[in-house]
Amino acid sequence: MASSHPHSSEAIRGAKVLMVGAGGIGCELLKTLALSGFRDIHIIDMDTIEVSNLNRQFLFRQSHVGQSKAKVARDAVLKFRPHINIKPYHANVKDPEFDVDFFKQFNVVLNGLDNLDARRHVNRLCLAANVPLVESGTTGFLGQVTVHVKGKTECYECQPKPAPKTYPVCTITSTPSKFVHCIVWAKDLLFAKLFGDKNQDNDLNVRSSDAASSSENVEDVFVRRNDEDIEQYGRKIFDHVFGYNIELALSNEETWKNRNRPKPIYSKDVLSDELAKLNGNIDKNCAFDDEFSVSAMASLGMKNPQDIWSLKENSRIFLEALRLFFTQRGKDVGNLTFDKDDQLAVEFVTAAANIRAASFGIPLYSLFEAKGIAGNIVHAVATTNAVIAGLIVIETIKVLQNDIESYRMTYCLEHPSRKMLLMPVEPFEPNKSCYVCSETPLTLEINTKRSKLKDFVEKIVKAKLGMNLPLIMNSSNLLYEADAEDDMVAIYAANLEKVLAELPSPVTGGTMLRVEDMHQEFGCNVNIKHREEFDEEKEPDGMVLSGWTKHVSAPENKDKPAANNGASTSEASVPAAESDEVTIVSPSKKRKLTDDSGIPNAPAGEARNHQDELQVIDDEDDLVMLEGSMEGFKKRKLS
Amino acid sequence: MEGNGEELTAQETALYDRQIRVWGADAQRRLSKAHVLVYGIKGTIAEFCKNIVLAGVGSLTLIDDRIASEEALSSNFLIPPDENVYAGKTLAQLCCDSLKDFNPMVRVSVHKGDLSSFDVEFFYSFDVVIVSSCSLPAKKLVNEKCRKISSKRVAFYTVDCRDSCGEIFVDLQDYKYSKKKLEETIECHLQYPSFEEALSVPWKELPRKTSKLYFAMRVIEKFEEAEGRSAGEVSVADLPGVLKLKRELCAAQSLNESHVPDTLLERLVTSTLEFPPVCAIIGGILGQEVIKAISGKGDPLKNFFFFDAFDGKGIIENISNSNA
Repeated sequence: MASSHPHSSEAIRGAKVLMVGAGGIGCELLKTLALSGFRDIHIIDMDTIEVSNLNRQFLFRQSHVGQSKAKVARDAVLKFRPHINIKPYHANVKDPEFDVDFFKQFNVVLNGLDNLDARRHVNRLCLAANVPLVESGTTGFLGQVTVHVKGKTECYECQPKPAPKTYPVCTITSTPSKFVHCIVWAKDLLFAKLFGDKNQDNDLNVRSSDAASSSENVEDVFVRRNDEDIEQYGRKIFDHVFGYNIELALSNEETWKNRNRPKPIYSKDVLSDELAKLNGNIDKNCAFDDEFSVSAMASLGMKNPQDIWSLKENSRIFLEALRLFFTQRGKDVGNLTFDKDDQLAVEFVTAAANIRAASFGIPLYSLFEAKGIAGNIVHAVATTNAVIAGLIVIETIKVLQNDIESYRMTYCLEHPSRKMLLMPVEPFEPNKSCYVCSETPLTLEINTKRSKLKDFVEKIVKAKLGMNLPLIMNSSNLLYEADAEDDMVAIYAANLEKVLAELPSPVTGGTMLRVEDMHQEFGCNVNIKHREEFDEEKEPDGMVLSGWTKHVSAPENKDKPAANNGASTSEASVPAAESDEVTIVSPSKKRKLTDDSGIPNAPAGEARNHQDELQVIDDEDDLVMLEGSMEGFKKRKLS
Repeated sequence: MEGNGEELTAQETALYDRQIRVWGADAQRRLSKAHVLVYGIKGTIAEFCKNIVLAGVGSLTLIDDRIASEEALSSNFLIPPDENVYAGKTLAQLCCDSLKDFNPMVRVSVHKGDLSSFDVEFFYSFDVVIVSSCSLPAKKLVNEKCRKISSKRVAFYTVDCRDSCGEIFVDLQDYKYSKKKLEETIECHLQYPSFEEALSVPWKELPRKTSKLYFAMRVIEKFEEAEGRSAGEVSVADLPGVLKLKRELCAAQSLNESHVPDTLLERLVTSTLEFPPVCAIIGGILGQEVIKAISGKGDPLKNFFFFDAFDGKGIIENISNSNA
């Protein structure tokens, strides 16, 4: 900042800025921008306000719950800065209206987003529009701010991002060792099986050697017959999943050679004489205001979500929640997906996970903690967001003044490093082999005689390259276009089903494919190398992409999954997650610190290898399970 | 009565969900029983008040009898810039009206009077006392009064922003707390000097790399005291006098003058308006520290924090006899 009065500078008053996100960081940022003298601010956010936002998103009040964040934030800020222009968009930043031309009208774009997918999308649009991007994220007391200016600093995708947390399917279905495994089982398998879409694949039942033959009988267990008493049905499910299935798993001696053997749990042992009494106590006509207030805890008179329930209490909650689903919310059964704001679903999953944990000798958790794990809830406090917003505005002013030498990436730390709680480091130069911001082609090893165009589109173009509306060309021949003209739709659909080598314009070893996303105005070249065989375990996609920024594994916290919530991410397209933020776990110690004079002293073009040091964590809603050695190796997503 | 017992209410659990996941239900309970006093409300304190009210402290008491003016509004988002609303009202009253709305579970109130007139008994009713924009003698006096209370600890902080720089001072006296190290919770103990004790540490005994802002803030503070000015009442016309005082202090303290750059002093006297991003940063760090002190969880900073937007560093300095 060259001026001693940076807040009064012409650069600020004349600037037009785009904010993406009006959540935790967004509220603080909008306030600080307005106070700092910014007069033209556009803000995009697709979310509406929830109660759990109110502890930090200070522009919102209880009475605003359910309303557009972007619009309410605007109105709140106009109360103390009435004469500035704030334009809200209650919309998804990925909507086509926000194209490159839209982005070009801004001097700078400021991200306060909550998911990797949207961040990548905005990064590409900023590159295409040649508009600087200030990126940020927080989790708990940690946060970071980075500046991405095309050609000057790294782009958002020059660095590796954390890989989605994956669990081998057999760990979930047969050998859980942590509470989070029990949560995944309860949420993605049991809950989905009982209350979700019956047509979806489900690995709930242990596949022992005789599973195939008895699978039909097994299937029947979960279906409630029309006249079946709900109490009996609940006990049958309980005994099947916590008793019979465990017995079945125990019969496979090989599994337990080096593991603690689980203990089957049957309802009669836990609730021996309890049930009769239980039945009497429950008010069957207990009235609930709406379906989201239906609660097994309320119906059993349990109040504190911080309490860790006993096995007996968990069992009672399990049966009561199951009963309430069928009696109070029967119309939902069959099309439910887990939602962390659905009290009854959280109760059911907590109880089921705890009963399973008890069976496997894993410590039990409270509903509050289980909800955090199951919902991937990100820790968030107002103070970190306020600090990060202040840092964003400082970098924004530098960007507007084109003060490139002063750009900094800043970490907000929980514990001081070299006496610093706020640690600025020099931004990296663009990664010369970044497939997003450089022209570097990617290389794809693939079996061109066996893989279909569809596999390439799904596993590479969408999942790895993060494109939404792709177009694929082989020299000048169009092979596929997502947003095709009517007369071409059928041809492209047919192409998708063809193996690469048999396409109208055949794709074989040595072919250079051009892949573009019209919306992101982003394209890259892919060199095709034919390869016959792939290792099913190590290369589950059946193809290997190199030259792109791979995902790094998120650190695993051994005993306390609750501390790990923010860590599970996905590279695939997923609806925006619940909370506001991303974050760093450990800042790279090797990043160059500025010396006391503030003059950057990093040699230009210095090769900086930091792939292993930097860990960026994002939050998203789903967990990915990687099928492990027990039953073939195909990677897929559960949800 | 709700909120008085050992358990958080369902309403509190729902509202504070995300932060309970950061600091735990126990810390949240302690917060809801804590009483905080702030004196001198400018942009930084407004930011701090927002943070602490959102966090859910038991009560917040505001003191600032100054009548609202155009200047006071410059970096304060709590006051609507409508003369019909603010005319004739004190800063404390206006901010109180606004803060009440942020979190209905926090009692926000106004107290009137001059800081130096309050006795020890008055400060006894608080757990945390924060003073801003007041003179050096007043800061020392309030700090000493807080320290005279023997039956409980009253945490004392000063905070000030000038131009794009900010400073926080912390006195937690004799402070015991717990923190997580790997999987264990360990007990820690810190001894803090008072503001006066910290300031009396000879400059030449401080580490060579001590933040230049520490010295610069002391020079300005001394200048205002010597000239009988109130806090922040300096301008670029005072620069020659400030530089003269700097040379005298450096000579008396045997400190090389290069540790207190003239350019830094010039910035501090030229623009006395706060820079809003720095208010947000300093108000955020202060909020975090107060939450740590109340909850007894996590390493509190000892005992100064400095931020300068020019280099972007947020630095902790330990200015006490123990490091001499």
